[in-house]
Amino acid sequence: MFVNLKRKDRLLRDLPLYFMLLPAVVLVAIFSYGSMAGVIIAFQKFVPAKGLFGDQQWVGFQNFVTLFSVPNIGLVIRNTVIIALFKMIAGVIVPVVFALLLNEVRSMLTKRIFQTVVYLPHFLSWVILSGVLINLLSPSEGIVNIFLSKLGMEQIFFLGDPDVFPATMVVSDIWKAFGFGSVIYLAALTSIDPSLYEAAVIDGANRWRQTWHITLPGISSIIVLMSVLGLANILNGGFDQIYNMYSPVVYSTGDILDTFVFRLGIEQAQYSLSTAAGLFKSGVSLIFIVGSYYLADKFTGYRVF
Amino acid sequence: MKIKTSIPRKIFIVCNTVFLLIIALACIAPFINLLAVSFSDKTAVAAGEVTFFPVGFTTVSYEFITNTSKFFVSLLVSLKRTAIGVPVNLLLIILTAYPLSKSTKDFRARSIFSWFFVVTILFNAGLIPTYMVVRNTGLIDSIWSLVLPGALPVFSMLVVMNYMRSLPKELLEAAYIDGASHVQTLLRVVLPVCTPTIATVMLFSVVDHWNSWFDGMIYMNHIQNYPLQTYLQTVVVNPEEFMRNNTDLGGNLSKYLSMVSARTTGAAQMFLAMIPILIIYPYLQKYFTTGLVMGSVKE
Repeated sequence: MFVNLKRKDRLLRDLPLYFMLLPAVVLVAIFSYGSMAGVIIAFQKFVPAKGLFGDQQWVGFQNFVTLFSVPNIGLVIRNTVIIALFKMIAGVIVPVVFALLLNEVRSMLTKRIFQTVVYLPHFLSWVILSGVLINLLSPSEGIVNIFLSKLGMEQIFFLGDPDVFPATMVVSDIWKAFGFGSVIYLAALTSIDPSLYEAAVIDGANRWRQTWHITLPGISSIIVLMSVLGLANILNGGFDQIYNMYSPVVYSTGDILDTFVFRLGIEQAQYSLSTAAGLFKSGVSLIFIVGSYYLADKFTGYRVF
Repeated sequence: MKIKTSIPRKIFIVCNTVFLLIIALACIAPFINLLAVSFSDKTAVAAGEVTFFPVGFTTVSYEFITNTSKFFVSLLVSLKRTAIGVPVNLLLIILTAYPLSKSTKDFRARSIFSWFFVVTILFNAGLIPTYMVVRNTGLIDSIWSLVLPGALPVFSMLVVMNYMRSLPKELLEAAYIDGASHVQTLLRVVLPVCTPTIATVMLFSVVDHWNSWFDGMIYMNHIQNYPLQTYLQTVVVNPEEFMRNNTDLGGNLSKYLSMVSARTTGAAQMFLAMIPILIIYPYLQKYFTTGLVMGSVKE
């Protein structure tokens, strides 16, 4: 609509737009880009008293060398990837299955009630949900274990047994997220052309065949998209959840990169080492995020902006 | 479309409904148990007698909370941060989304600025550098440390920007021909048609501010500055300490301690903190759904 303007006129015309962007640019520059510049801490022997960009002693990659010689670091990375991977896989399958089953419910009212109930945990913080789960799963007083013992089964230490803890994290994460995760698939299901089903019925296809040949292909691009975007979380074990439910007893299977970074940085004040660990996580994550966006664009034409 | 309901189909429908009912129950039962615990007698709770209905009904846990100041002090902090944070978020989202919704032809610098914001989604600086920057700005222990670092939620901004880009070109052209400035176009033409999207991102912001706890934990040195969720986190992680440290109860403390336990008062506080979310829940369900679909499925 506006073309062929001289450079000066164009600047004048765009001036209000620059002013609109100014506050956000300043704040993002300080808090996001300032922090990004702050990753230099990872290459220094950081002393807080000298200031963030003060005259610190440079140590090159020494902190990374120290970091990867910490005895538990391999375990922490392994825990992170295992927990994140199971959350990613279950985080696609469970919502898809739930959406397909819910789609078979014909009564709109029943459907709404189911949706209202299963979306609820999504909107609550992990602090509250951890409180709820601890209340529920506690070995002696929680109703789950009381129920188990009434059935004559042994108690399960959901949050205190290193063998069970990761499974508890994955299942409770699905519990929080699956309902709302199904929204996107339900939306995709409603956009499938009903005449396809009519044609299938005339051809004599039963419900299973209709699901297999029409419904699943109809939502397959969304399934691919969500799986690919999920890859970006390969190193996100879920700090909010695990930090509020773990304890030293389950560090061997439950300690993830983010909780490790937190304990190192905030509790032990090992600023440089913690920043190095965080930078390692961000670096690997960056590759996965960019890769997942690239694949999403390639397979489904999805773009963030 | 007419489908004959065969016998196997009927069996499937019954099984499916029963299965979904069990799933739905699994989602809601933990909260009903929590509510029942908060209204129960502490000995019944300790004995594991409480399932879905209060045993030995009592409101003493709630009474205990009303008599201790910490819960309400942190509730006020949370209300304050939401009241400041959400308008700040909205203002920055709108001011940023509008210029970026222009085509590159109409706003040459669009691409540079878009990348400037998107990079912050791609790369996270990590805990310590972020903390150090906030400390350097002198915001520690101030409510602004909970507002300014996340003042522009980039994902929400992209949702609004995409919506603005989908508006019919004629609308903006008409405004331009009538001599409207950018500010006038934004206020009189664009914003009025964007209200559903703005409502969506506003609810994103409200939930986000209400549920955040980690920033409160690291940026606040004094417990009286903790927002509600940060304070609750201390209760969840160390319930016994919360019980012992209620000095403002004075002589009444031992009287209460004989009647309430860390579990019943914890449950009561958890439930109270859920109430605001439950109140706006119908709106959340409506607008989050559209927001999610808008942000993810694009034509």
